[in-house]
Amino acid sequence: MNPDGITAAVGESRPRIEGRLKVTGAARYTADVPVAGLAHGWVVTATVSRGRIRDIDAGEALAQPGVLGVLDHRNARRLNPDAGQYFGPDRSLPLLQDEVVAYAGRPIALVVAETPEQARAAAATVRVTYDAEPHDIEFSLAHPAARPASTLFGPEADTGDLEAELAASALVVDEVYHTPEENHSAMEPHVATAWWQDGHLHALDSDQGPFGISQVMASLFLIDPERAHIRAEHVGGGFGGKTVCGPQLILAAMAAEHFGRPVRVALTRRQVFLATGSRPPTEQRVRIGADADGRFRAVHHHAAFALSPLAEYIEWCTEQARTLYAAPAIRTELTAVPLDLLPPCSMRGPGATPGSFAFESAVDEVAERLGIDPLRLRLLNQPEVGPVSGRPFSSRRLVACLQEGARRFGWAQRDPRPRVRREGDLLVGTGVAAVAFIAGVFPSSATITAETDGTFSVRIGATDIGTGARTALIAVAADALGVGVERIRMHIGDSDLGMAAGAGGSRGTTSCAFAIVETAKALREKLAGATTPVTASVDTTPLINWRPDEDRYTYSAVFAEVTVDVATGEVRVRRLLGMFAVGRVINPLLARSQLIGGMIGGLSMALHEEGVRDPVTGRLVTADFAGYHISAHADVPGIEADFVADYEPQDPSGFNGLGEIGNAGVAAAIANAVWHATGTRHRTLPISLGRVVESVAAQDRPQAVGVA
Amino acid sequence: MREFAYRRTSRIDEALHLVARHEGARFLAGGTNLVDLMKAGVESPARLVDIRSLTLDEIGETPDGGLVLGATATNSAVAADPRVRGRYPALSQAILLGASGQLRNMATVGGNLLQRTRCAYFTDTSEPCNRRVPGSGCPAIDGAHHNHAILGWTRHCVATHPSDMAVPLIAFDAVVRYEALDGPGAIPLSEFYLPVGDRPDRETALPDGALITAVTVPAVKAAGRSRYRKVRERASYAFATVSVAAALDVRDGVVQDVRLALGGVASRPWRARLAESALRGGPLTAERISAAADVELAAAEPLRDNAYKVTLARNLIEAVVTELAADTGEESNG
Ligand SMILES: Cc1cc2nc3c(=O)[nH]c(=O)nc-3n(C[C@H](O)[C@H](O)[C@H](O)COP(=O)(O)OP(=O)(O)OC[C@H]3O[C@@H](n4cnc5c(N)ncnc54)[C@H](O)[C@@H]3O)c2cc1C
Ligand code: SF4
Repeated sequence: MNPDGITAAVGESRPRIEGRLKVTGAARYTADVPVAGLAHGWVVTATVSRGRIRDIDAGEALAQPGVLGVLDHRNARRLNPDAGQYFGPDRSLPLLQDEVVAYAGRPIALVVAETPEQARAAAATVRVTYDAEPHDIEFSLAHPAARPASTLFGPEADTGDLEAELAASALVVDEVYHTPEENHSAMEPHVATAWWQDGHLHALDSDQGPFGISQVMASLFLIDPERAHIRAEHVGGGFGGKTVCGPQLILAAMAAEHFGRPVRVALTRRQVFLATGSRPPTEQRVRIGADADGRFRAVHHHAAFALSPLAEYIEWCTEQARTLYAAPAIRTELTAVPLDLLPPCSMRGPGATPGSFAFESAVDEVAERLGIDPLRLRLLNQPEVGPVSGRPFSSRRLVACLQEGARRFGWAQRDPRPRVRREGDLLVGTGVAAVAFIAGVFPSSATITAETDGTFSVRIGATDIGTGARTALIAVAADALGVGVERIRMHIGDSDLGMAAGAGGSRGTTSCAFAIVETAKALREKLAGATTPVTASVDTTPLINWRPDEDRYTYSAVFAEVTVDVATGEVRVRRLLGMFAVGRVINPLLARSQLIGGMIGGLSMALHEEGVRDPVTGRLVTADFAGYHISAHADVPGIEADFVADYEPQDPSGFNGLGEIGNAGVAAAIANAVWHATGTRHRTLPISLGRVVESVAAQDRPQAVGVA
Repeated sequence: MREFAYRRTSRIDEALHLVARHEGARFLAGGTNLVDLMKAGVESPARLVDIRSLTLDEIGETPDGGLVLGATATNSAVAADPRVRGRYPALSQAILLGASGQLRNMATVGGNLLQRTRCAYFTDTSEPCNRRVPGSGCPAIDGAHHNHAILGWTRHCVATHPSDMAVPLIAFDAVVRYEALDGPGAIPLSEFYLPVGDRPDRETALPDGALITAVTVPAVKAAGRSRYRKVRERASYAFATVSVAAALDVRDGVVQDVRLALGGVASRPWRARLAESALRGGPLTAERISAAADVELAAAEPLRDNAYKVTLARNLIEAVVTELAADTGEESNG
């Protein structure tokens, strides 16, 4: 109960307020919203990995019924070549500007017609010829074009004398790990509807942050930022893939202007794979030096990822190495390898997720080779303060996660030896991984009006991409205003609502909650004795402590049990448990859903997901769900996700983000369990049966035939 | 828009005429494969003749104790039929391990046999593909072929046949029955799928315009103890990486009859006749099972990236025959 006698809403489990609308089909996603006079655009994508367009023959398409026209580099309007997004200028944004093809899948034309069927059929008749040029998609850490990655997130770590500590170590693990290109695969493909009115751009877009995207669009089309109005009311998932300004929106806006009427561009699933950014492949070398008793002396994590020369990007794989464990010497290096690929895009815990797989696998290898229990090794090397920063942690409940997880999982009964548990043809093993995920807030602004009817209208440019953010923010507003949730009218998903963090970087809800809490405070002061309506607005930019003297992270410990079939190499996860320290939890029901979803994403990454490119053409071969496998229901065991008590002192309400941490530690926990089951270390994801079957069966030949 | 005519008929002769008289006309059964391929632009029939109103959906008995599976009987109906489950459990299992409940409710016996390969280059019309456009080339050979054939392929095509159902059917000597304008005919399933040769686009021996009316499965004593095991890259809803249908009849310690077929390894369901003869007429020992698997896979020619399938197929034959042997209680003589 708060002082006004209202039960606190934060901490209560409540279902999504729009849940009923969604399950009954009444919630309208971008492509469901009717717009009068709508025309439809169909994207044509490049089929070579590098080269120049020689000709686009749209003659047949233009002659087809219903076709309004075809946009390509010869007739499209010019866009600002210097427009950029989060990581700076992005030369992939201006579409249809010239004949250069920098990657396969690049949109090179848009066929616009009265109906989507007409546009699609006409697009199939567009003949494109190219002057192909040799391309390079051969990713490796040692690639000649490899260069240091951007340090936008801060410098890489270099503390202590790494080589001396390695030389003094009783054991050095030095291994290389690989993760493949992966695609976000949100359920709702990217779609946008755009129209122009009196020099203003209006658009409905499936994205993770309409405010940020309105800024990019304004810059791209060289209009005043106030003239770009983007809405994203309901979004069918994003996983990072909709944090950037997508080709659907840029093309819809170009076509709407060109044809003088609203245009919708909906990508097909294949086009989502081909024309929107993925998580880049990584190659990571990890060196850990330890004393015989398990204490770390040296940690070296050198990670490389692929990107496009067109835009800067950071897959920050080295984050774990600088904060998870104490060591006298820590060095991290991050290498970017420009290739003829489309610019990558943050996905489900960018950096942390592939980084954790490599780093926490290497930690497990230390435990294996020293004969120390992997949980004990992790507990042994816990830091007092940030091992690289030297700053205290604002809150660090990782040990609680590890210990409580171990208790629930029954870790104490675990036999540490690999390949000793067998049930018929199945080998059984368990594994653990720890993970830290950087936390914080982005500036946001909120407006709250105390209405005359006693309700409060909260306006904030937040986005709910299916996480339950809307519901969580209602609870935060209710408590901050000291009223029941039924009195809150929440308006989100619209760039006109003002500057706000998008649903990304695990910061959407915390950033927006911060703004709402501060605005409510201001409103309550204004309200005293005043007559309604009363409105208050707060922009948190000046309130954010950009140089905090404490390190702020969320934490998780993940435990996995797997079986591996010795005859077939099939890996199945039997049990998955995640303990989380994520600050004060706003809505346990929704938070748990988010984390379980993330853990399934991690399982899928560990065992299934792999973008495969043709070694000759460089084109993506797995550009649909028949080729790009995501875990099916039958792959997903009972999953337990729970919280240890936590409170984030840097936030006025004790909150932290939990958007992505569910994903981050799972792949390593599963890989470690596969080692425990089979005795073979898998350093390449996914751990698909083709990778497992030969090693696991080779060791097993005599027993496999149990008949004799 | 790509337009096509749609006709539905309840008479077989009319269906045959509707297809024969029109260039590019096709029968439409459940549509779960044909309609997908039309959307992808791989198939573009000028006319669809819907055969679901023909009364070809019965599952009946043959005088010798075998079964007749009507061409438009749904995959779900066949899998659930008590006679199928009792006499040919591997057939029921194979169907149930394929696709999803919704798809199996639509998919039919005839359509299942005629479904096209799942090679990604085949379904992407911006790629060359000999099977789709004869003579255009096969990008899979040097491209992404992790899930392609290890047996019976040629330089012209290395794709696999995706059907699960066809694997036990070929093991049980099923026969495809059809009607054509010049009368009825029958083709053993073992001769139904043509060798790849240099024309992978010519997939079956079914005469042009012929309508499959039924698949008959003869009585096979061993089939009562049969099993289908499917290995794939996730636990459900994926095509076979490798699958095995096996049936075993062992009496007095001697293998009287054994049936083995592999899925996911060749452009057709692969009857493992070499392995069968290596086992037939002798005792069922671990060594003999292992040798039988080896002799079948000796002919395997893996591509750059799919050698794991040879190991997998070999191990699966061993594992499934061993399990069946354990079931029959005949394993103790090794
Ligand atoms: C997502 C998905 C997953 C799948 N997973 C699996 C799987 O795991 N295992 C598996 O085996 N299959 C799987 N399938 C394939 C499925 O089994 C086939 O699509 C189905 O069996 C085809 O039957 P249909 O009746 O729908 O055929 P249709 O699509 O109607 O027809 C297929 C072809 O057969 C022809 N045809 C149909 N009936 C006759 C007839 N009586 N005479 C002559 N020609 C005829 C048609 O003209 C067409 O060329 C999957 C399909 C999908 C879409
Ligand atoms: S393997 Fe066959 S189906 Fe696949 S691309 Fe080659 S020819 Fe076409």
